Amino acid sequence: MYDFTYHKPKSVSDALDTLSGADDGQFIAGGQTIIPVMKQRLAMPSDVIDLGGIADLQGISVSGGIVSIKAMTPHAHVAASADVKSAIPALAELASLIGDPHVRNRGTIGGSIANNDPAADYPAAVLGLGATVKTDKREIAGDDFFLDIFETALDDGEMITAVDFPVPDGAAYIKFPNPASRFALVGVMVSRTGGNVRVAVTGAGPCVFRVAEMEQALAANFVADSVAGVSVPADGLNTDIHASAEYRAHLIKVLTGRAVAKIA
Amino acid sequence: MPTVSMTVNGKAVSGEVEGRTLLVEFLREHLGLTGTHVGCDTSQCGACTVHVDGVSMKSCAMLALQAEGAEIATIESVADGDTLHPMQEAFRQNHGLQCGFCTPGMVMTALALVKGNPNPTEADVRHGLEGNLCRCTGYQNIVKAVLDGAKAMRS
Repeated sequence: MYDFTYHKPKSVSDALDTLSGADDGQFIAGGQTIIPVMKQRLAMPSDVIDLGGIADLQGISVSGGIVSIKAMTPHAHVAASADVKSAIPALAELASLIGDPHVRNRGTIGGSIANNDPAADYPAAVLGLGATVKTDKREIAGDDFFLDIFETALDDGEMITAVDFPVPDGAAYIKFPNPASRFALVGVMVSRTGGNVRVAVTGAGPCVFRVAEMEQALAANFVADSVAGVSVPADGLNTDIHASAEYRAHLIKVLTGRAVAKIA
Repeated sequence: MPTVSMTVNGKAVSGEVEGRTLLVEFLREHLGLTGTHVGCDTSQCGACTVHVDGVSMKSCAMLALQAEGAEIATIESVADGDTLHPMQEAFRQNHGLQCGFCTPGMVMTALALVKGNPNPTEADVRHGLEGNLCRCTGYQNIVKAVLDGAKAMRS
């Protein structure tokens, strides 16, 4: 890792000022991705701005049918939160399946979605639950947030401050983890709110995505068998040493069926 | 160079570090606490697991400066002089180690697990050890050791 100047601002505005004053600044949230990336010299920022000292970016609140999780809340807190478990148990469960205990104690929701790893879990929650990403300057609908592999709608110098999840009538997250890395080989978040169904898939493609055909079939009849007749094309899905695109396409159907069965 | 101060195993310590100095480097190279191991250096193996303010973290995936003001506990704090901690004794009795390289991380992880869940099931232990790799034992005896250690700590 190349050396850098370390900063630990106490407020969002100080963090943004420090970033804009740096040659090549980098926010660090939990650091569970960026530190390994810097060790490999794939990132070599001049300045690292640690968001861990900003009290305003910590915490979970539930009110008016919204679970609001501030950006620097670690996964372990979401997984253990009685409020989250009661309002959206699928979200607490998803958080409990991220990485391993040490990663969950340090990794944060804001860091995870800003990074937008194609096999990360939280993007499936944001898209599958129809969440809203709040930043220092605007609100971005979950549907508009994830653009492509490691690419989001965030502008340079824009900071995620919180993610708001509307409480669904029912939701479930089913993950087929890579047994070594614990990343999702495929992970599916299904939610139902009234007649509205969302199916969001992570791990299978270059970026989290929704499966419109499955959503329509499930909106018509919310039973696991409804997805059996939907064909999921393997085109554009990931092929690597862990699984072929065809296998991932198959898993999408299987895991979606399991998620629906869990909700229903 | 910036100065960092923290409490390690109950003792106030401070030192000059670079921005890029990892917590594990500070522990091993500045403080000489070499019980915490660096296995993979890619944040996957968990040999470097320590407790930061009471919860387990990988000290190779954290900057020393991020631990400013924190309370750190390493494997060196676990035994009472020559008397092994019940969790360490359980690893010894159950043959929960062969080469021993992963053991400091395993023990620190087991202690964090038992702190939050004093009576874990085998499934809890296996889920709890997902961040710690062992290349010798095949995990069976490690899981047995953690279950036995937890039992000993309850009594």
